[in-house]
Amino acid sequence: MRHFVIVGILVIVMAVLTYVGLDAAGFATQMNPVAASAQAQTIDSMWHWEIIAMSFLFALIVAPMAYSLVVFRKRKGDNTDAQHIEGNTALEIGWTVGPLILVVVFAYMGAYSLGEIRRVDPEAVVIKVKAQQFSWTFEYPEYGVVSNELHLPANKQVLLKMESADVIHSFWVPEFRVKQDVVPGRVTEYRITPTLIGSYKVRCAELCGTSHAYMEGAIVVSEEADYDTWIAEQIAIAAAAQTPEGKGQLLTVSKGCVGCHSIDGSPLTGPTWFGLFGSDVKLADGSTITADEAFISQSILDPNATIVEGFPSPSVMPPYVLTEEEIANIIAYLKTLK
Amino acid sequence: MKRFISSALAHGLGWQLIGTLLGAGLITGIRALMGLSVTDRFFFTEPAWVLGGFIGAISFLFGSGVTSDWMKWARGIDTPEHHEDHHSGWEKYVNVSLDHKVIGIQYTIVALALISIGGLFALIFRTELAASQLQFLTTDMKLFGQNGPQLYNTLMSLHGMIMIVSILLGISGIINYVVPLLLGAQDMAFPRLNAFSFWIAVPGAVLLLSSLFLGGFDTGWTGYPPLSARAPVGMQMFFLGVFVAGWSSILGALNVIVTVLRMRAKGMTAMRMPIFVWAAIATSLIALTATQFIGLSFQLVMFQRLFGMGFFDPAKGGNPVLFQHLFWFYSHPAVYVFILPGLGVISELLPVFVRKPLFGYRWIAMSSLGIALVGFVVWAHHMFTSGMNEYLRVPFMYSTLLVAIPTGVKFFSWVATIWNGKITTPTPMLFVLGGIVVFLMGGLSGPPNAIVSTDLHLHDTYFIVGHFHDTIFGGFVFPFFAALYYWFPKATGRRMNETLGKLHFWLMTPAFFVLTFGMMYIGLLGMRRRIVDYDPALGIDSTHLVLTIAGYLIGLSVVIFIYNFFNSIKNGEKAEGNVWNSRSPEWQVPSPMPVHNYDQPFEVISEPYDYGLEGGSPYVKFSEPESGKHQ
Repeated sequence: MRHFVIVGILVIVMAVLTYVGLDAAGFATQMNPVAASAQAQTIDSMWHWEIIAMSFLFALIVAPMAYSLVVFRKRKGDNTDAQHIEGNTALEIGWTVGPLILVVVFAYMGAYSLGEIRRVDPEAVVIKVKAQQFSWTFEYPEYGVVSNELHLPANKQVLLKMESADVIHSFWVPEFRVKQDVVPGRVTEYRITPTLIGSYKVRCAELCGTSHAYMEGAIVVSEEADYDTWIAEQIAIAAAAQTPEGKGQLLTVSKGCVGCHSIDGSPLTGPTWFGLFGSDVKLADGSTITADEAFISQSILDPNATIVEGFPSPSVMPPYVLTEEEIANIIAYLKTLK
Repeated sequence: MKRFISSALAHGLGWQLIGTLLGAGLITGIRALMGLSVTDRFFFTEPAWVLGGFIGAISFLFGSGVTSDWMKWARGIDTPEHHEDHHSGWEKYVNVSLDHKVIGIQYTIVALALISIGGLFALIFRTELAASQLQFLTTDMKLFGQNGPQLYNTLMSLHGMIMIVSILLGISGIINYVVPLLLGAQDMAFPRLNAFSFWIAVPGAVLLLSSLFLGGFDTGWTGYPPLSARAPVGMQMFFLGVFVAGWSSILGALNVIVTVLRMRAKGMTAMRMPIFVWAAIATSLIALTATQFIGLSFQLVMFQRLFGMGFFDPAKGGNPVLFQHLFWFYSHPAVYVFILPGLGVISELLPVFVRKPLFGYRWIAMSSLGIALVGFVVWAHHMFTSGMNEYLRVPFMYSTLLVAIPTGVKFFSWVATIWNGKITTPTPMLFVLGGIVVFLMGGLSGPPNAIVSTDLHLHDTYFIVGHFHDTIFGGFVFPFFAALYYWFPKATGRRMNETLGKLHFWLMTPAFFVLTFGMMYIGLLGMRRRIVDYDPALGIDSTHLVLTIAGYLIGLSVVIFIYNFFNSIKNGEKAEGNVWNSRSPEWQVPSPMPVHNYDQPFEVISEPYDYGLEGGSPYVKFSEPESGKHQ
C-alpha cells in the first residue's frame, strides 16, 4: 500500500513539473511563434489542453517505472523469482475505459475547435493565390491588382482561393497556424482572420522541388486604412503600367518568374535578369550566345533549348505558353533592367 | 575472395548487371528501329532503364539460384526435403540456405547494412543543416548529375525509404529466427519461399540505391505526383526498388501466418503462445494485405511517366489527391508493421528480466490485433491539409484517436509487469526500458497530430519528424537492439560485450532524446520538413547545431554496436546455456542452436510466463528420446 501512495504522489509531482517545465520553455499555453490570427488563438487553446493531458499521461507511466527501477531491483544474492501476479481484469478494464473517455472528450473538443476555425464570414475579402515553382502570386480580383506581397487588413476574415500552376505546394504562415495544400487541378480554400499587425512570411510546406526551401513570400497585416492606401497605390501602379515595359513587369510577377530570376543581380535558382539583355551569355556546352530577342523568346517557350553555364540540365524551369505580344512586353521590360 | 565470387550473392549481382544491360539494350534496340531517341542524360533512355531494372531484378533471382529447386520441380526432378548446408562460417550467409535461422541472420545483416547506409545519408544532410545558408551542398557543387540542393533532396528521400526497407528486413530477421524456435517447429512452413522472400529484397535494395546515381529524385519517400511525375529517371528506380522489395514483405508475411497456424508444438493453444508470436501474426496480417497498395500507387505513377496515362495528372482528368489515398492506405498501416514486432519483443523480454509473469497476457495479445485493425481506418490523417473533402477530416480524427486505447493497454500492462518485480538491467533490458520511454514520447506526441486543428500547424514540420522518429526508435530500433543482444548467444553460443553494450545504450539514449525534443521544438517554431536551408530569422541555428552533434553521437553508438556485434561472434564470452534464465523453449537447449532446431519435440504443459509460481511446472516438456529412432 505504501508503494502506491508514494507513487501516486510522484505521479502528481512529475505531471506538475512536466507541465511547468514546458510552460517555462514557452510551449504549454501556446504553440509558437506568436499567434497572429483569430484561428491561431483557438488552435493554441486546444494545444494547451493537449499539453495538460500529455504531461499527466507521461508522469502516469514514467513515474511508476522509475520508482520500480529503484525500489524493486533484484537484491544481491537473491535468486528467487518475484511474486506470481498474472493480471487483474478490473484494472485492465479500467485502463481501457479511462483512456476511452479521454479520447471521446478530446474528439469532441477537436471537432469543436475545427468548427471554430472554419467558421465562415460571408463578408470575407476574397484574394486569389497562385503558387508555382518557386514563388507565390496574389491577385485582388476586386481591384485588378497583382502582387507578390500579400497585404491583409487586420480583424477581417480573408478567403484565399488557391491554385497551383505545376506541383503541390502548401500555404503556411506559422503565425497564422493554419496550413493548406495548393493542388494542381483544383481550387483550395484558406480562411483566416489576421489579428496582429506586422510582417510575416508564407512558407511553402510541401516539398515542391529543388528550391522548395526558398519558396517564401512576404505577408503584411496592417490597419484597414493602411491596407486601403496600399491597394490604392497598387491600382495607380497598374494604371501607370499600360506601357509595354509595365505590362511586361506585371507579367513577370503574375507568372512567378521573379521567384527564380532576380532583377538586381543576386543569384537565385535561375540566371539573373540584371543587365541580361544584349549581354554575351556563356552556355553549358562552352559556346557563347548574345541575349537578344530570339534567345529570350526561345528560353521562355523551351527552357531546355539552351542551358546557361552553371545551371542544372535539364532545366528546372517549366515551359511557359505566352503570346508573342506578351513575350515582346517581357523583353521590353528586360531592356530596362540595367 | 574466390569463395565470394562463387557465392550466390556474387552470382546474383553479376546476373542483375547482365539482365539490366540486356533489358535496357532490348528497349534501346526497339526504339532505334522505331526511329526514337536511343540515348539520354544517363546513357539509356528512361523506358530502357525501367525495363532493364526489372529484368535485372528477375535475373538476380535466377542467377543466385534461389529458384532452382522450383525449376527442377517444374522439369519433374525431385529435390531433397532439406538441404544440408555444405557451406560453413561466413559463406553460409552469402549463399542460398533454406534454414530459417540462417535466413534470419541474413535478413538481420542486410538490415544492419542498410541502417548504416541510411544513417550515413542522415549524417550528411544533418551536417548541411548544422547552420543556415548552404554549407557544402551548394548550388555550385556537382555530384551524380545533381547540384547541392538536389543531392540533399535525393539523400533525404533515400534516407526515408532505405530505413523503411531496413526496418522491414530487420523485423523479418527477428521473426524468422525466433518464431519457429518459439513454436517448436523445425523450420518455416515454406522454406524455399522463405529464402525467396529474403533474396528478392537484395536486388530491391540495389535498385533503390541506384536511383542516387541516375539523377536522384526530389520528392521525399512519399513520392507524391505531380512532382514525382517530373523528377529525373532516379525516381523510376526508386519506384521499382520499392515494388520489388515489397514482394519480400508480402511473401514473408504469408509464410509467418501459415507457420504459426500449422506448426505449433503440441499443447500450444492460442492463449499459450509466446506473446511475440501474437505480435508477429498481427504485423504479418497487415503486411500481407496492405503492401500491395504502395506497390500499386508507385506503379501507377511509373505508368503515368512511361505511357502518359493520366492517373494523377489533372490536365488529363487525373487526381493528385487519389495517389495520397492509395499511398497512405499502405503507408500508415506500415508504421504498425514496423512497431508491432518491437512491442512484441518488449512484452517477450520484460517478464524474463523482472522475474514476474507478463501482466494481462490476453489483453496485450488482443491489443496487437486491435492496433492492426484500427490501423486500417486512419490513413487520411496524413492528409488533413491535402485538400480532400474537409468533412472527412472529422471521422479520421476520431479513428486515429482510438489507436491510443490498445496502445495504452500495452503501456499500463508493461508498468504493471515491472511493478513489484525483481528487476535486473543487463543490456537487453536497458534497451527494453529505453524503448518503452521513447515509444511513450512518440505516443504522446501523436494526438496533437491526430486532432485536426493543432495538426494544421504541425503538419509537414519538424514536429512530425520528431514524433515519427520517437515512434520508430521506441517501436523498432530500441527493441531491435534489445532482441539482438538477447538472442545473440542463441545464434552464436557467445554473448556480446556488456560494457560496450551499456556504452552503446548510454550514448544513444540521451543523444536521441536531445535529437527528437529538439526536432519538435524547432518544428513548433516554424522549421518545415525536407528543406535544405532555413531562414536565419527563425533563430534556430544553434538548436540545429545541437541536433547535428546529437546525430553524430547516435552514429558513434551504432558504430560501437556493430564492432561489438562482429567482434563477439569470434571473441565473445562463451554462453551456451540458459544465459537469461528464461522459461522459453529455445533456451532449454544448448546454444548455438542445432541445425534442425530441437532434437526432441516438446509439448506445452503450462503458461509461458509463469515466473515465481511456487511448485509451478516449466513451460515446455521435451519428450524422451526413443531408442533406435534417435540418431
